[in-house]
Amino acid sequence: MPFEVSELAEMDAPDKEYLWTLNFGPQHPATHTTLRLILTLDGETVVNAVPHIGYLHSGFEKLGEHLDFNQYVTIVDRMNYISPLHNEISWHHAVEKLLGIELTPRCKYLRTILAELMRIQDHLLNTGTCALDLGGFTAFLYFFQQRELIYDIVETASGQRFHTSYTRVGGVAFDVNNAWVDKVRSFVKGFGPVHAEVHRLLTRNRIFIERVKGIGYLSAEDCINMGVTGPLARASGVLRDLRKDEPYLAYADLDFKVIAAKDGDCYARYLVRMQEMLESIKIIEQCIENIPAGPVNVDAGTKAVIPAKPSVYRSIEGLIQHFEVMMPNRGFPTPKEEIYAATESPNGELGYYIVGDGSPRAYRARTRPPSYIHFAVFPQIIKNHQLSDVVAVLGSLNIIAAELDR
Amino acid sequence: MSTEEALKSQFPQAGLVFSQFRDNHRIGVPAAQLMDILTFLKNVHHFDMLAELTAVDYLEYEGSKDRFGVVYVLVNTQSGERLVLKTHVNDPDPVLPSVYPLWKAADWLEREVFDMFGISFSGHPDLRRILSPDEFTAFPLRKDYPLKGRGERHNFPVLTRSDG
Repeated sequence: MPFEVSELAEMDAPDKEYLWTLNFGPQHPATHTTLRLILTLDGETVVNAVPHIGYLHSGFEKLGEHLDFNQYVTIVDRMNYISPLHNEISWHHAVEKLLGIELTPRCKYLRTILAELMRIQDHLLNTGTCALDLGGFTAFLYFFQQRELIYDIVETASGQRFHTSYTRVGGVAFDVNNAWVDKVRSFVKGFGPVHAEVHRLLTRNRIFIERVKGIGYLSAEDCINMGVTGPLARASGVLRDLRKDEPYLAYADLDFKVIAAKDGDCYARYLVRMQEMLESIKIIEQCIENIPAGPVNVDAGTKAVIPAKPSVYRSIEGLIQHFEVMMPNRGFPTPKEEIYAATESPNGELGYYIVGDGSPRAYRARTRPPSYIHFAVFPQIIKNHQLSDVVAVLGSLNIIAAELDR
Repeated sequence: MSTEEALKSQFPQAGLVFSQFRDNHRIGVPAAQLMDILTFLKNVHHFDMLAELTAVDYLEYEGSKDRFGVVYVLVNTQSGERLVLKTHVNDPDPVLPSVYPLWKAADWLEREVFDMFGISFSGHPDLRRILSPDEFTAFPLRKDYPLKGRGERHNFPVLTRSDG
């Protein structure tokens, strides 16, 4: 929401001299990440808020034009670092659509499980820190312990806890084993009781409800007009979920519900996220028992795919293909086409617009970051709220500054 | 009637180029007709969400006649239909009409395109740089901007503690 000239003039008028300005951020514990707000206050009421962003801008999209499709995974990881693996899945979803690669069934299921784990991971952090900012420390600790288990699962699969760089064009870096499947099973089993406990702590907690109910209202029309997607839009009654509307990976085979609410306030967003976690658990339960056997990467006949290590070491064809994919001056041919592909990330529609120019690098690698679109809504929904509500609304929007600024 | 047929009958002289790649339905639109077509799509065909607005610099793209392409991804939230519209603008003065009156989502998206590519949007209420600082003069995502090297940072004034 832009700063309108008429509003500025009004604030400078002599009888409005009592308004004062507060600088919120860029280093503030409640902003979680590096973003800055300039708030104009009337007593404790927010009259106007102007966001200043760009403190973490590091030219990710420019880097995307110089790194090849596999290398850029290490960068998209670092955009939304609350759910890093989902960014990778989204990125390679777009790349594979550009190249016309159809994944193997095993890979589809594996990526679905990981995507849903990331959704849980994101919502755990979001609801946990939202409660923390409003004074509820216990829920935060309970949820972070569960996040720790997800890190373990991801580490078992990829060897890294956080910035996994796990997916590759046409598959993943390593296949998973039975130990991993057992870990996911035990996580699924243990998650329900913890979720129920936090549910008991917060959902009917009067202090929590009074801080979030009716705060930060966003109507369904505004959501659509301002491009808001994901849990925020669903909390306002927009029934839109790309997993159902434009099914990708294995979502078409799975049975799950789209969670929505009507109120459109911070409390509704909290409820939607809490319920979505249970739906994700349901999806993981269905997938983990039905992971198809067979290869996880697509056939190495597709030139874009890194061949399996045994074939690199034992056959000349594998060695040549490995060389072709890995060397910066070799590569594989890509279509001279442009594509927009989006997935339902934990935060909303995460899209990539890729322009291919025939080389294994993107000519343009644009990210549609949900945080960026959602933060633009902030000045409108914070108007006429109290200063302490800024924290509650920021928490419920789930702004990740690294994704915001890229 | 499909959107494509409707557009063809509504704007027969516009020179629209329809194409499809994978599941993307794309329309090439001349810049002069852009606003009319977007208004028609929003008001008559219920494309009520602007999912994405971005630009591409075609300076080094093989076989390209125009310098910049600006891409609009529209969504019809009732039917789930998606459209990808692309228009072209050229140096020395790349300007397009702002779609802020149609979709408020365009506010920050247009500011980012302005910041990164230097394409301005006439009618935008607050067209300032958004990601780079106000003093910045270059447009980083243009293809003639280098990936690395001595940057603008060296030209910024240095404030020492005694100046403060």
